[in-house]
Amino acid sequence: MTTLKLDQVSKLYRATTRAGGLTPALRKVSFELKPGEVISLIGESGSGKTTIGKVLLRLTRPTSGTVTFDGTDIATYNSRGLKDYYRHVQGVFQDPFSSYNPVYLADRVFALVRESYFPKVSGLEWSAKVEGALDAVALNPGDVLGKYPHQLSGGQQQRLLIARALLLDVKVLVADEIISMLDASTRVDVLNLLVKLKRQGLAILFITHDLSLGNYVSDRTIILRHGAIVEMGATEKIFGNPQHDYTKMLLTAVPELHKKWQHAPLAPLAVSANGAGTGTAEILSSDAPASMLARASVIDELAHAEQVVKRDLRAVFGGGRAVASGKSQVAVALEPPTLHEFEPDHLVADPE
Amino acid sequence: MSESISEAPAPAVAATGLPAGPAGTAVHRGRNDILHYGLRNKKLLFGLSLELILVLLAIIGPYLAKNPPMEITPYPLQHPGSKYWLGTDLTGYDLYSQLTNGLRESYLVGALGAGCAALIGMALGFIAGWRGGWLDEVLQMITNIIVMIPSLVLLVVIGSYLTSRSVLFEGVFIGLTTWPWVARAVRAQTFSLRSREYVDLARLSGKRPTSIILKEIAPNMASYLFLVVILLFGSSMLIAASYDFLGVGPNNVASLGWTMNQANANAALTYHLWWWFIPPGAVLCLMVFALLIANVGLDEVFNPKLREQ
Amino acid sequence: MSVSVENLSVAYRSHRGDVTAVDNVSFSLADGEIMGLAGESGCGKSTLGNALVYLDYRMKASGGKVTVDGKDLPISDSNAMRSRRMTEVSLVPQYAMSALTPTRKIGRIIDDLLKSHRVKDRDKVMTELRRRLELIGLKEDVLGKYSFELSGGMRQRVTIIMSSLLNPSLLIADEVTSALDVSTQRAVGEMLIEFRDRGYIKSAIAITHDLSILAQIADSIAIMYAGRLAERAPTSVLVDSPLHPYTQALLASLPEVGVRHDQVTLSGIPGRPPSLANPPAGCRFRDRCPFAFAKCSETPPFEEIKPGHLVACWKASQEHAEMAGTGRGLPLKEQV
Repeated sequence: MTTLKLDQVSKLYRATTRAGGLTPALRKVSFELKPGEVISLIGESGSGKTTIGKVLLRLTRPTSGTVTFDGTDIATYNSRGLKDYYRHVQGVFQDPFSSYNPVYLADRVFALVRESYFPKVSGLEWSAKVEGALDAVALNPGDVLGKYPHQLSGGQQQRLLIARALLLDVKVLVADEIISMLDASTRVDVLNLLVKLKRQGLAILFITHDLSLGNYVSDRTIILRHGAIVEMGATEKIFGNPQHDYTKMLLTAVPELHKKWQHAPLAPLAVSANGAGTGTAEILSSDAPASMLARASVIDELAHAEQVVKRDLRAVFGGGRAVASGKSQVAVALEPPTLHEFEPDHLVADPE
Repeated sequence: MSESISEAPAPAVAATGLPAGPAGTAVHRGRNDILHYGLRNKKLLFGLSLELILVLLAIIGPYLAKNPPMEITPYPLQHPGSKYWLGTDLTGYDLYSQLTNGLRESYLVGALGAGCAALIGMALGFIAGWRGGWLDEVLQMITNIIVMIPSLVLLVVIGSYLTSRSVLFEGVFIGLTTWPWVARAVRAQTFSLRSREYVDLARLSGKRPTSIILKEIAPNMASYLFLVVILLFGSSMLIAASYDFLGVGPNNVASLGWTMNQANANAALTYHLWWWFIPPGAVLCLMVFALLIANVGLDEVFNPKLREQ
Repeated sequence: MSVSVENLSVAYRSHRGDVTAVDNVSFSLADGEIMGLAGESGCGKSTLGNALVYLDYRMKASGGKVTVDGKDLPISDSNAMRSRRMTEVSLVPQYAMSALTPTRKIGRIIDDLLKSHRVKDRDKVMTELRRRLELIGLKEDVLGKYSFELSGGMRQRVTIIMSSLLNPSLLIADEVTSALDVSTQRAVGEMLIEFRDRGYIKSAIAITHDLSILAQIADSIAIMYAGRLAERAPTSVLVDSPLHPYTQALLASLPEVGVRHDQVTLSGIPGRPPSLANPPAGCRFRDRCPFAFAKCSETPPFEEIKPGHLVACWKASQEHAEMAGTGRGLPLKEQV
């Protein structure tokens, strides 16, 4: 039984430039999220991971492709259907403080849910419900109710937001970088909470750029790069036996406590795809000195810097139009690389 | 939130842009903070007190006048004295009465004009800022058109068709011609606030746009809106005085501008009838000045970065 | 000793009274040493790092002395510090990559910076600047770009180059890797090391909450908690055999690649750091420490327990004294 399914979801931004063309933030992404399953969506900035979260939460619409929830296309919901959708699918975002309106008390986030979904519930019943939700996230009601957001710690704020989701009959939780702004000593507590909720049947999409977090908490992993899936499958298989060069590069770049950075058998990729979509990857030798490694990752960045610039300018100038920053240095093809099955539950994309 | 911004894990920086101090002492703009700094800000206190004095004058002053403002007394061209505190003009109007009643009219027009402009400007600004897209473009076009229309000329044209003009008319007219400024400011702020995460959260809680605009976005612009209204009030009063001075204001109503118009028309300057044109002009200046000073002070209170150390 | 800080305290002024963010901190750096300064939010690490370069109007330094290259660093005297900034001490502030003026090209920003520091021979410096840009893979045309045309990682690298352009003796890098992707993090980390190796900077303090990055780039690590130094040791010693219970708990809460929840369940540290407006007496970690005992109500001194390894913990000093007394040489970890 599938819960949430993405099918060939793409998100393109229009660029009004002399060169014309479209900037792809997501390229035909497809995957499924089942109950009781945690999927880590791992990607760096510009990979499109936050866009997927927004598409799933219907905060933005995909350019093409469909998202189905229990068989129904979420794009077809009217306002009542959408409200119902939010009963089952909720999100928690990266910056816990920003999710609270600073003018009001923190527990107003509960009141919002009550106004919309439980208007007829009595005060006593509601208090009991709130206490139950707070208990599930290991928060003491006395510590967090009646306070302003700035009086709570990041960990408390984040857990309060998860508790809010639990007040509804939530089946899917989109957790977009929910740990990255928390202190190290509280991160693990929130992660363990997610594991506990997963065991109770919740499906979680855990969006992160941090591979060690993704590894700790998830059953399946998706590696996203430039809007396309490059590797996908069971977590142990992805982390234990990575096949795609990008995944390998990510794993070698992760800083570890007890092991120094080693030069990977395959150093960071340089992408020099032209506009038509045929790419050649330059691979540097493994004894390249540190500065060469630095150089290589710069070239990779330029490939998505273009996208980032366009997106930021779009945010500044508003509307759906983007302004290009100049001559296109590297363009990413609109067609994503094809995924092949390397082994059961382990898909790898062709090099781009 | 665009991806490039969402990368940054920023420990302890509040969304208000203020750094949280060491653990547990977040420097937050709570209500107490505003009160605390508000009561200590010299500009705000000075501006408010001055304005308060003038408001009191407007409320109580007319009751102390011996004659209604438009009643012709038998003693024209009196110097200020014990009988007529600000003297009389060429026709015989009691200038003290004119001043205090004129003050009342100014405040009334100011309130009307500011109120109308604020309502229209905010409504259109919120809608344009929230929806964006084609609605935004249309509203911006309308805004630009209104801005381009020379309001004085329009007033003269409309005025010539009306048999009588009232204070209400003048106030509403000012409101209808000055809202673009408000709308633009509100639109810009709404635009920036609508991508905040708490707005997304409200959407995820099944809230409708109207509710979100009124309850999530507007309160976060409260200080800004407050300042805008204050400035609007001041400018409405000035504009009304200018219309009155040029003779297109309400007829048969004593106002500061009208008094100055009369003084000008009767060459009061040449004849050194200082008590005719100086009081209304000075009072008008003070009224607006006090508001602007208070505004600057209030801005400092709301925005900690402007505070002097 | 290249850098030495003795008994430094820094307080924030607020209308509710002074809040001591950095409480009586002492440490020293050798020439060429990169020290990591780690701790969680609110512990005072950013305040400490920033105070060494720029004390803004809200902060007040008291007690203590800072020396760089044997000369006194007058951190409280903003005018005297002006000639020393960028040349002796330099700062890459937190969010530096977002702080580049968006309306000027990068080249102009750097030019203005050099002018404001009254650098003679600007051309020579600009040539050096181009050399360094090339070294780390940024092409010269980056100088002709606006900051929003560069990605986050590129901006960060540009700011580090700007801050180290005049070869400061001490570079303080505040959370320079925090907002970056993992591959760029590595590039920036290795850039710091390379700059130190080439002598562009003499020593550095890398402020971050991320211990694993420090494990890669730092020679030694200092852990701060609630305004005070808790532990300081060479990197491998701190990571493998930490003595302070806070450090131990912190290290135990970090997930690593290869570890899944069904294999090892990690746990965090319950509770929160104390409020610095009204700190408790004695050891500030006491309320959250699983090993706290009676003596902890007195403030433990930050002292050298083993060569190069300083800790502020009664338990650690007691056990070390016991071990020294009995002559046993087991590292603490094995005992506990």
